[in-house]
Amino acid sequence: MASQAVEIENPKTGEVTEAVYEHPFVVRLCHWVNAGSLFVLVGSGLQIFRAFPSFGAKIPQKDLIHWPKAFAIGGWLGGALQWHLTFMWIYIVSGLVYVGYQLFSGNYKQILFVPRDIPGVWPMVRHYFFFGPKPPAKEAYNPLQKHAYTSAIVLGVLSVLTGLAIWKPVQFSWLAWLMGGFHYARLWHFVIMWALLAFVFGHLVMVILHGWNNFVSMFTGWKKDPEYRPE
Amino acid sequence: MGLRIPQRKFKSINRRELLKLTPMVALGAFAIPTLQKPLLKAGLGFSDWASGLLFRHGHLAPTFADAHVTPFNKFPINDYDVDDPEVDFDQWNLTVAGAVQKPGNYTLAKVQNLPKVTQNTRHVCVEGWDVIGNFGGTRLSDFLKMIGADTTSRFVFVECADAYYESLDMATALHPQTLLCYEMYGQPLTREHGAPLRLQIPTKIGYKQAKYLTSLKVTNVLQKVGYWEDQGYSDFYGL
Repeated sequence: MASQAVEIENPKTGEVTEAVYEHPFVVRLCHWVNAGSLFVLVGSGLQIFRAFPSFGAKIPQKDLIHWPKAFAIGGWLGGALQWHLTFMWIYIVSGLVYVGYQLFSGNYKQILFVPRDIPGVWPMVRHYFFFGPKPPAKEAYNPLQKHAYTSAIVLGVLSVLTGLAIWKPVQFSWLAWLMGGFHYARLWHFVIMWALLAFVFGHLVMVILHGWNNFVSMFTGWKKDPEYRPE
Repeated sequence: MGLRIPQRKFKSINRRELLKLTPMVALGAFAIPTLQKPLLKAGLGFSDWASGLLFRHGHLAPTFADAHVTPFNKFPINDYDVDDPEVDFDQWNLTVAGAVQKPGNYTLAKVQNLPKVTQNTRHVCVEGWDVIGNFGGTRLSDFLKMIGADTTSRFVFVECADAYYESLDMATALHPQTLLCYEMYGQPLTREHGAPLRLQIPTKIGYKQAKYLTSLKVTNVLQKVGYWEDQGYSDFYGL
């Protein structure tokens, strides 16, 4: 289904545009559910963090940062926990459906970063950040993109695992132990949130740079005038 | 390249694909003020239900060596109102009621006559901080046995000298690390830490571990759940 292609003919002018089906339905659905739940989880997570904005001891308490309430969701600790403990399930389910679909459909091959992608990373970095020449598109996703998407999925899994270790440090004591105990699991959860936000930032920049057709494809699945055309 | 189709057809395909995403609009229900509260309540309720399933009687909370225990003066004192509700120790006893064979007033000595357990366990506050403390007391399960509690009841409900109140699911009440705690760091509980008797439950979040206990009831029905729970915090909050 992915990489199905058509030619669209404008009956008046006779002009022909190409389009490819890039994002299967399940991927699009999970993408937007995930985006929405991540937004809520980050916002409510920061409100939870405000209750003890530190990773040290309680006595004496040394605050790391004072996070402004305006950039948080839930209004108070109890409210934020309600949002967090509700949307974590939506986040987990959308993540499982997404990963499951990618594995069973074989679609994961498009975005999974594998060792043979390594040589292609530097040319892409040079192109994006140092005005280097644009490497030819050999696949739907370039090596740097694959790296970003694969990392985001790994970070997503880690955000759930560190979260479980904080939520259930006794029932999942082995998980908390792996992270250095409840205290450090809380720190990792926070660090992973920022890593995910860094991905989201880079992702949004690229979406803006790649224009409307690319943006629309995450809603309809179809990308007009694609850069890469499958043979 | 693939099939050649007219623009109109492409537009209708796109519209159909876009419409497939409409289930997502359901998430927007969380933005509607009248729906938000019940939805979040249901979400929290689901989390509590899952927490109950995850709880295992035989699974013990991690315990720690004495060297890892947080110094007593760095053990935080959290209360919702006063540090010291001025309990008169000479007059104090624990009023037991509900589904028990031997209701009545129990002195501290009665509690202390039961086998003593000491444990170094982690105390986790809902705010996010955690400390490792040394606690000594009687297993709540031993006390429930002594008073002839009907352990098929669903809850143990406690009230406190500072008008705080809490409830515990029976599975947690019977957990071997759940204590009626009268000692910290080898000394009788200080007033700020809940003297003369408090709950100490390594498998629960801090706010479930009520201080300055005055009464205990075994029951199937809760009129109210707990001081913080009734304001919107998790009912179960097991760790």
